[in-house]
Amino acid sequence: MIDLISESIGKRMKTSLLRIQAIVTKELLQLSRDKMTFGMVIMIPLVQLLLFAFAINTNVRDIPVGVVDHSQTALSRVLQQTVSATGIVTFTHHYHSTKAAQAAIDRSEVRGVLIIPKDVSQRLVRHPSVGFGLPPSSKQETSRPIAQWLVDGSDTVIANSIKSLRNMPLAELLDKPANRSTPTFEVTLLYNPEQRSVVNIVPGLVAVILTMTMIMFTSAAIVREQERGNMEMLITTPLAPMELMIGKIFPYIFIGAIQVSIILGLGHFLFNVPINGGLTQLALATFLFICASLVLGLMISTIAKSQLQSMQMTVFILLPSILLSGFMFPYEGMPVPAQYIAEALPATHFIRLIRGVVLRDVAVIEMSFDMLWLIAFTFIGLVIAAFRFKRTLD
Amino acid sequence: MTTKAMSPDYNSEFAISSAKLTRNFGDLTAVSALDLTVEKQTIYGFLGPNGSGKTTAIRLLTGLLKPTSGQVNVLGCQLPNEANKLRLQIGYMTQKFSLYDDLTVKENLQFIAKIYGLTANEQKARLSELLSIHQLTAQSKQLAGSMSGGQKQRLALAAAVIHKPKLLFLDEPTSAVDPQNRREFWEQLFDLCDQGTTILVSTHYMDEAERCHKLAILENGIKRADDTPQNLMSTMAAQVVEIAATDLRYIKESLTKLPEVISAAQLGTHLRVLVKKEVNQPIALLQKQPCLQSKNKLAIVRPSLEDVFVSCTGNEAIPT
Repeated sequence: MIDLISESIGKRMKTSLLRIQAIVTKELLQLSRDKMTFGMVIMIPLVQLLLFAFAINTNVRDIPVGVVDHSQTALSRVLQQTVSATGIVTFTHHYHSTKAAQAAIDRSEVRGVLIIPKDVSQRLVRHPSVGFGLPPSSKQETSRPIAQWLVDGSDTVIANSIKSLRNMPLAELLDKPANRSTPTFEVTLLYNPEQRSVVNIVPGLVAVILTMTMIMFTSAAIVREQERGNMEMLITTPLAPMELMIGKIFPYIFIGAIQVSIILGLGHFLFNVPINGGLTQLALATFLFICASLVLGLMISTIAKSQLQSMQMTVFILLPSILLSGFMFPYEGMPVPAQYIAEALPATHFIRLIRGVVLRDVAVIEMSFDMLWLIAFTFIGLVIAAFRFKRTLD
Repeated sequence: MTTKAMSPDYNSEFAISSAKLTRNFGDLTAVSALDLTVEKQTIYGFLGPNGSGKTTAIRLLTGLLKPTSGQVNVLGCQLPNEANKLRLQIGYMTQKFSLYDDLTVKENLQFIAKIYGLTANEQKARLSELLSIHQLTAQSKQLAGSMSGGQKQRLALAAAVIHKPKLLFLDEPTSAVDPQNRREFWEQLFDLCDQGTTILVSTHYMDEAERCHKLAILENGIKRADDTPQNLMSTMAAQVVEIAATDLRYIKESLTKLPEVISAAQLGTHLRVLVKKEVNQPIALLQKQPCLQSKNKLAIVRPSLEDVFVSCTGNEAIPT
């Protein structure tokens, strides 16, 4: 009796697997004939990696600025050269008056202007950082800055870069040894001591590109069958919703793996991004995220009525995945409601996992919250998608 | 009637039986109180104009749509509850080609075969059999999307019967097919029927409807008549008079104003006039009309299925 039951369960499993295999084969055949999509699988990670890795840089260099030199002395010119030597700004324009300089900022000719006053020499010698201490002077005179920056403060990154010039050492200007102040704290930078942005961006980029392509592929998956009229045929067959769902996501797991290899491989060889963690850990983290993203796409696909709608919903998920996941801005800096939204996105959890594995050599199991979250998301999502999928035309 | 229709031994004779089957879409009633009995191993036709509820009726009978009210029993399965059990036993050829345009003929058939759980050996044998029956062997490596209407239709039929269903639903199967292909298609249907398959086919072609063993005429979701084509024609509630004359358009216009005349249609050099059955001398009645001259020839002729269709649908419909 028990043998009979297990035999019939075995037979059911076998036909079920056969149906899943049928869907997988069909998807792969269709994908192989869709040259455009097939090309995108390779081109999206390749082009985006090169674009982002070169373009996104929070260490701003060579900001175009102007100068208004009221003093016109050798000292004022040396001052300009010293500022220019920091590499943060480049003097591209000279203006005669403060008014002309401000107009230049208005029309975006320059991002800031350095205004050097007539009495720059006197201000300099009395400046405490130069450290003459003499001639004696009133407190007010010594506290006067030697020059002024007018900055377009709308872009905070640029404004902060120029603000960092506020306390630049000036002692070498007068051939004096710099009076080094002892820092309050010593800071040791782990994992990215040279402070290169790519090290943080490349692993994050894996999350963004996978979110984009994985959700896009599966969000169109069910709708496309509906739009092309294949669904009416599929639902008259014994194909179960769960079999269809699993068959639909299976091929894309491999495609996701190919994309991750491209991004991390290129990132490693081209941009010298270290891959400190083991490949098994990397594969595990990526597998979990690919599954979660594919399932998210499937859920969209059961809601959307057309491929256009599914595309719109993909973008709706993609934007917060880029902006809130910690890819661009630190999670800790966001207000609490935004953090809740971020927690709901699979990309947030994956960015934590992959940065942990790639940069800090942490095992996925040690970050069990993010791991379990992705697993739970996948299973619950799969059930929801299969449940939402209707086998009738009502 | 309702209780009897659902009793088990009643089902054994019929592949499909429904009672007061109704489906609404909002305010629109697509299928209204449809009573249907389809005997096993016959070809049953749904004849009706576009929008008459043929497709909805088929979807209700396949379990794709849930009925608003009424009862359906298909192959002993109560719908909609036992729809899943029914899936393995029926084949459905949709009105629009619903296989994959970007797969080849063989890939499409392999896909469907796997979905129905055919083992590798069964698959191979069944596929080569189907390809030769439906004359697709030469096209087996061609993409379905690049085939002609007739070839696509043969492929769709092959896919619908791959698992040897007991009951086959065909929704306007020949609408995109030339007459030659249509003839051959019907030969296939009779072969299938001979092998024990029950077939339900919807159409708006009279000649096709005439081939069915039994026929239901649908209009606005209501079954106007159902019987064998021969019975429908012989028990028609009208008599057909054929008039040979020259000024047919004018004659038609005058005659259709008569209350005894149901409709008139020109067929080349003749005018076919449907006269109500209660008129005893239809020729004499028509001959009296001023629009007709004595030299015009009038004759009572055998009704066609089109006459049946006209007499029981449209504004001219005779309440039965």
